[in-house]
Amino acid sequence: MTERKSSAIQRRLIPSYIFLVIVSFFSVFPIFWMITAATNNTVDIARGKIWFGNQAVTNFKALLEAASSQGAGTSLGRFLGNSFIYAASQTILCIFLCSLAGYGFELYHDRYKDKLFGVLLMAMMVPQVATLIPLFTMMSKLGFLNTIPGFMLPAISTPFMIMMFRQNSRNFPVQIMEAARIDGESEWKIFFTMYMPIMRSTYAAAAVITFMNAWNAYMWPRAVMTKNSAQTMQILLTNLSNGYVIDYGLLMMAVLFCSAPTMIIFFVMQRQFAEGITGAVK
Amino acid sequence: MRKKGKSVTGKQQTAGWAFLAPASLLIFIMSFYPMVMAFITSLKTGSGVKLKWGDPLFINYIKNIPADKTFIRSMGNTFLYLIIEVPVMLILAIILAQILNNPDIRFKGIFRTMVFMPCAVSLVSYSLIFRSLFAREGLVNSVLSGMGLISENINWLGSTGTARAVIIIGLIWRWTGYNMVFYLAGLQNIDYQVYEAAKIDGANGWKTFWRITVPLLKPVIVMTAIMSINGTLQLFDESVNLTNGGPANTSITMSHYIWNEAFGQGVGHFGYASAMSFVIFIMVAILAAINLKVGDTRD
Repeated sequence: MTERKSSAIQRRLIPSYIFLVIVSFFSVFPIFWMITAATNNTVDIARGKIWFGNQAVTNFKALLEAASSQGAGTSLGRFLGNSFIYAASQTILCIFLCSLAGYGFELYHDRYKDKLFGVLLMAMMVPQVATLIPLFTMMSKLGFLNTIPGFMLPAISTPFMIMMFRQNSRNFPVQIMEAARIDGESEWKIFFTMYMPIMRSTYAAAAVITFMNAWNAYMWPRAVMTKNSAQTMQILLTNLSNGYVIDYGLLMMAVLFCSAPTMIIFFVMQRQFAEGITGAVK
Repeated sequence: MRKKGKSVTGKQQTAGWAFLAPASLLIFIMSFYPMVMAFITSLKTGSGVKLKWGDPLFINYIKNIPADKTFIRSMGNTFLYLIIEVPVMLILAIILAQILNNPDIRFKGIFRTMVFMPCAVSLVSYSLIFRSLFAREGLVNSVLSGMGLISENINWLGSTGTARAVIIIGLIWRWTGYNMVFYLAGLQNIDYQVYEAAKIDGANGWKTFWRITVPLLKPVIVMTAIMSINGTLQLFDESVNLTNGGPANTSITMSHYIWNEAFGQGVGHFGYASAMSFVIFIMVAILAAINLKVGDTRD
């Protein structure tokens, strides 16, 4: 009886399944094609080959050479390393500073702090392209062009992240704070020894989304990284695609290298990634 | 206890300010101060180090911008992308979330992962993937001619209409799963029994979608719409890497054009570029005001 009922339900859902399959196919196909194209040569790619070939090593060697010829001190390892160091530094500082602020705004809130928070939210309206020229001037005066601080300073404090920590701090059990205070613990110690461990799932989500954003950043790094050897994977991709004749096998191999870290994070930490995206809206 | 509590409160308040000070200061220095500087610069004309005050002061706003056909076109392009992409993407995302929220659907996790997967690649990466797929000798042309739908290869990125279409297709591809995640989170707050009850009352899928899902998701829909519009107004990576603004700047976005005016080879029109970026700021501010207005009407 229940079996027949459930199969009847499944039959009614056939249009839904068809829709899901079509959308899933189109969502995954370009990524799948990128991976196969990284193993084919340009001629096969142009012929419309959509399965794996045997040109992966050739494309990889071509990529190594193309990356090394971007200027003095450049190499594929250098670009990957730059992207990684910039993104990791930004992630650590961003989640530290924004969690401190979110904690302060939520658990110590009063009229003035709430007002200040409202003002900070207005920074969400500031278009990135508008701050580009003043920030570039500022970084160049400070001598921060082509440096880690130059990369991350404009991005380590964002209203979105502060809001995310603030919203999630509502679940923080205030009673244990009170208890700790009675025991004579300092406010900072409460933050480090109680807040941070209890909020670790928020930290994980925040770290995933910040790392992804920093790794994928494009406009600002392109402005602030004036030296070839300081540039990131994203900028390498643009440079590789600017030639008159494009080697698509090489280009897709580069895209694969650029996407592999974020794809791994996506598959391993998909839940945290989804939480990070929606984090500030609860 | 109370009395003692008061002095503790004072100390706590100081600690609270210390906690939020670094991040707040950074936002002032890295967002608000540059915005003020951008406005001051936007009153200047000329290029590079030879910037001088505009005469009249607002010349960039009252004369140069209205007379700049490329900027007007970049504005038109941005709005075209916005008007087509945002509704299509959001409706698709809501339908997907609605289907995946049905407890009878099997393999939910796999479908969700696949639809969400485009978010795992960077904007530059997907732009280059789409540029390769839609190249003259690319896969899309191979498939279409293989099916006999076209007799000769279409130069997708070489003509205005199709170049714009490819950007829109790319945007929908990249961001639908992203928005679906918001709707799935929103739907989790709706008891599925509401749907069961509607079904018993004889409402069909279409009716429940419009009468239950859409009204209950309204706050999330407003928020995703604002986010998408904001993002599209600032579109940059796709314009640079997918079409390079081409052909002949006919698919260029506002941010891309501003970048070219400021950082393009031998240009350095910092004043004029700042003025144009302020136009985007005004648009985003209007959008935010609408957001507050819509968000306030709790019905």
